[in-house]
Amino acid sequence: MTDPANVHPVTVVVNGDEHETTVEAHTLLVHFIRDTLGLRGTHIGCDTGNCGACTVLVDGEPTKSCMMLAAQVDGASVTTVEGLSERDGLTGLQQAFNDHHAVQCGYCTPGVLVSATALLEREPNPSEEEVRRALKGNLCRCTGYVNIVAAVRAAAGEVSE
Amino acid sequence: MSSIETEVAPTTEPWVGRSVPRKEDRRLLKGQGAFTDDIWMHRQGYVHFLRSPHGHARIVSIDTSRAERMTGVYATLTGEEVAEQQDPYFQIAPAPGGDLKDYCLAVGKARYMGEPVAAVMAETRTLARDAAELIDVEYEPLPAITDGVRAADPDTPVLHEEIGSNVAWNGVYDYGDIDWALENADHVVRIDRLHFHRFTSAPLECSAAVVSWDPGTGVVEIHSNNQMPQFAAQFMGPAIGVPSQRLHFVSQDIGGGFGIKITSYTYLTALALISRKAGRPAKWTEYRSEHMAASAHGNERTFLDIEVPVMSDGTILGFRMKAFDDAGAYLRYEPLGAVIWAQVVAGPYRLKHINVDYTETLTNKCPCGPNRGYSRLQHLWFIERVVDLVARELEFDPVELRRRNYVQPEDYPYVTPNDCVYDSGDLPQMLDKALALIDYDGARRRQADTRSNGSRKRIGIGIGSTLDSGTNNFGQARIVNPGLPFSGNGEAAHVKLDLYGEVSVRLGTVPQGQSHETTAAQTVADILGMDPDTVDVVAGHDTISNVYVGFSGTYASQFAVTGLGAAIGAAEKLREEIKVVAAVALQADVDEIEIGGGAARVAGDPEREIPFIGIANLVYANNAVLGDLADTVSLNCRYVYRPPFEVPDVETKRGNLTLTYASQVHACVVEIDEDTGAVEILDYAAVDECGRRINPQVIEGQVHGATAHGIGAALYEALHYSDDGQLLNGNFFDYHAITALDMPHIKTDEVEAPSPFSPNGAKGMGEGGGAPLSTLCSAIQDALDEGGGVVVDTHNTSEDVWRLLRARGDRPVQVMAR
Repeated sequence: MTDPANVHPVTVVVNGDEHETTVEAHTLLVHFIRDTLGLRGTHIGCDTGNCGACTVLVDGEPTKSCMMLAAQVDGASVTTVEGLSERDGLTGLQQAFNDHHAVQCGYCTPGVLVSATALLEREPNPSEEEVRRALKGNLCRCTGYVNIVAAVRAAAGEVSE
Repeated sequence: MSSIETEVAPTTEPWVGRSVPRKEDRRLLKGQGAFTDDIWMHRQGYVHFLRSPHGHARIVSIDTSRAERMTGVYATLTGEEVAEQQDPYFQIAPAPGGDLKDYCLAVGKARYMGEPVAAVMAETRTLARDAAELIDVEYEPLPAITDGVRAADPDTPVLHEEIGSNVAWNGVYDYGDIDWALENADHVVRIDRLHFHRFTSAPLECSAAVVSWDPGTGVVEIHSNNQMPQFAAQFMGPAIGVPSQRLHFVSQDIGGGFGIKITSYTYLTALALISRKAGRPAKWTEYRSEHMAASAHGNERTFLDIEVPVMSDGTILGFRMKAFDDAGAYLRYEPLGAVIWAQVVAGPYRLKHINVDYTETLTNKCPCGPNRGYSRLQHLWFIERVVDLVARELEFDPVELRRRNYVQPEDYPYVTPNDCVYDSGDLPQMLDKALALIDYDGARRRQADTRSNGSRKRIGIGIGSTLDSGTNNFGQARIVNPGLPFSGNGEAAHVKLDLYGEVSVRLGTVPQGQSHETTAAQTVADILGMDPDTVDVVAGHDTISNVYVGFSGTYASQFAVTGLGAAIGAAEKLREEIKVVAAVALQADVDEIEIGGGAARVAGDPEREIPFIGIANLVYANNAVLGDLADTVSLNCRYVYRPPFEVPDVETKRGNLTLTYASQVHACVVEIDEDTGAVEILDYAAVDECGRRINPQVIEGQVHGATAHGIGAALYEALHYSDDGQLLNGNFFDYHAITALDMPHIKTDEVEAPSPFSPNGAKGMGEGGGAPLSTLCSAIQDALDEGGGVVVDTHNTSEDVWRLLRARGDRPVQVMAR
């Protein structure tokens, strides 16, 4: 069924592992991550690029993986939520989310963590306003963002050290 | 006798009452949660629903042949087939509303935009979507009705011919003597119309399921994010002829629900039928645009001809009004909402004389589901708007008017005019705290300053006081339909000691972020003298291995009472069994045994101790030692918590409809731009009372979430339909779900008034009472000129506020002096 003309070779590093494969032209990055690589931590919450549940890092930049084709990450490095921490541990940011009750249903959490990780890389000591701006593309329907903002700010000191 | 190291002494400080970090978080933070779309089955096919583009249309014909010829398409399903394979769902309403025929796909007619009219299963997600486009449907568009009040007129288009009109239910609730009150009041305030708008709490995870109908066993395995599977089973089972034990529901992590995922059983039915037809598991994940158009919406309600008798000292005697609740195209959970509002008939006030003529109508819009604060937040907003308008029109101080009319701390337990019992609370103290958090006096000074200095900005100060009634008495369903065999409530839990002495808990609930694993562990840990980290609470729900009753699920602000009540009962049963076994092992009296640190021991004799593993060994693998005792203990303890309810009186519509009443008092300060109407929240405070606080940070998280839903709905989130039934903003691009930038910081405080009625003093509290809707409307009103615009809608965009700032002339509020 798949037309060979629509298949593209892709070499991409995901969470440190190199994958050399082919993708159909229409395959979204988020579907490649979830369905092909089986990394189910990256979620889908809308069809329009608004909710941010699918946010991953592409070459270090927070990117909505539903707004990008898998073919576009050829040669890039992608980090998903699964790649943020070591197998057994939590990052300082993840620990802060637990300490400050910044997780309820957990569906937005991977995307929020990825966006916040990128923020803290860029700005080790963000103001509340900066945190809110960095997360404006990540919808959360459970927490009212109050504890997410608190957790990111609490983690900031640790990350900046 | 062996002994284990014990870190926690039996006399340790209780875990209940502490902000124990959540047990659920680790997997969710590492991307290891298991949400429904993460579940795959071997040989699954992807399902896509073809949906009606019309708000109201007769389906002339459906031709699936072009889709079926496509390579990779496994099966199609149409309404015509469904009508042969499914009985219409059970209806809660009595006739004529109950005569409505509801199926999992549209049969004969489509009644709202987005209604599924056919399904197709194919090898891939994209193929299924492409194939759906090849299904040819001929429609004959019909005139639509989208106004919930006009829908009741005899000359409007009728959705369901079998009912004969669009009125699904009507009833009059009459308490006290409203005629006397209106006659004898010093003033009567009349309000023409108030309107509570349609919105949705829109969980971030859309509905999803993998459903497999096993032809060999007849078991229908349903992996889904439905949040009330036993309710779903009671609708699905009879409709498709599958007995309960063969409807196998499974869920683990659910990405929010807020009530919207209660009525997804229609989709689960369609998936079951197409799975049976294709002989394959049916995998379906809703797109956001499908979710917004065709999952469930919150109820829209219009209040008409409102009359409010008020005495000169500010005592509000009650109200009379007509309510028109717009249920959308099908009833599903409705018309339960037509009675559920009566749990809070007088709101937080001592109103005595109440008359409500309540009508539930059907319109060409998405069917409603029990959205967070279901049916009560509409009514609570109505009452707060009335109180605010009474203050404004009769020149009472809005703070003092509330204080005067609140149920007072000494009134509890307070019996309402319809015999509900408010268990405990302290509203005046909550109001004090809320006002202190926003520096009320300072805000009033700023308001006066901006008025006097010619600023183009205005300050408004708002208050909202609401209730969150929890633990329903399902007997109230009989008030809408006396024929229904429902009453009471309950929840089940199972606590066991496993083979190596581990404690494991299974709940009847289906959490979607409410931290049940954590709070159940705290509760059980206290009873068995353990650390919550060592109490295993099984994640998610599985109807084969979890215990449940017909009321099970996660909805309607009740877990802290019913779910934890069940966990308490089961853990106490296990504690007694452990003691009985320990008494035999340690050759002591049962009364001498104490439990803690993972062991049982003889009080005052630390040498005589048996660890839980020893207890487990005796029961599971060494029972000859126990003799006959082995026949009476299992270390597997099931308990059903049942709140003490009686059946309400259906004639007078009186009875205790809910067990607990959490309360909320919110206050805020807004700044309004006169040139644009933009509302900026400068300060926001939420004070909460929910009985004994099991886990303060979890409670605070629920307060934050409910507040965000309310602020979002008040300022940003509204579902708009055109007159012909087109949903105009059916995705997150057009429906502005509140963001981190929109959301203000929330200051919180609490009052703790333990419930005398619940097993642990706690109250259900997750829904909140929609206080932000009242608070923001109150604040916007406060910023408007005397005699000018009147806030009559829950939803106020910048444009609406801009118009209110300029409103002159006819006003929808009148004061009749006696």
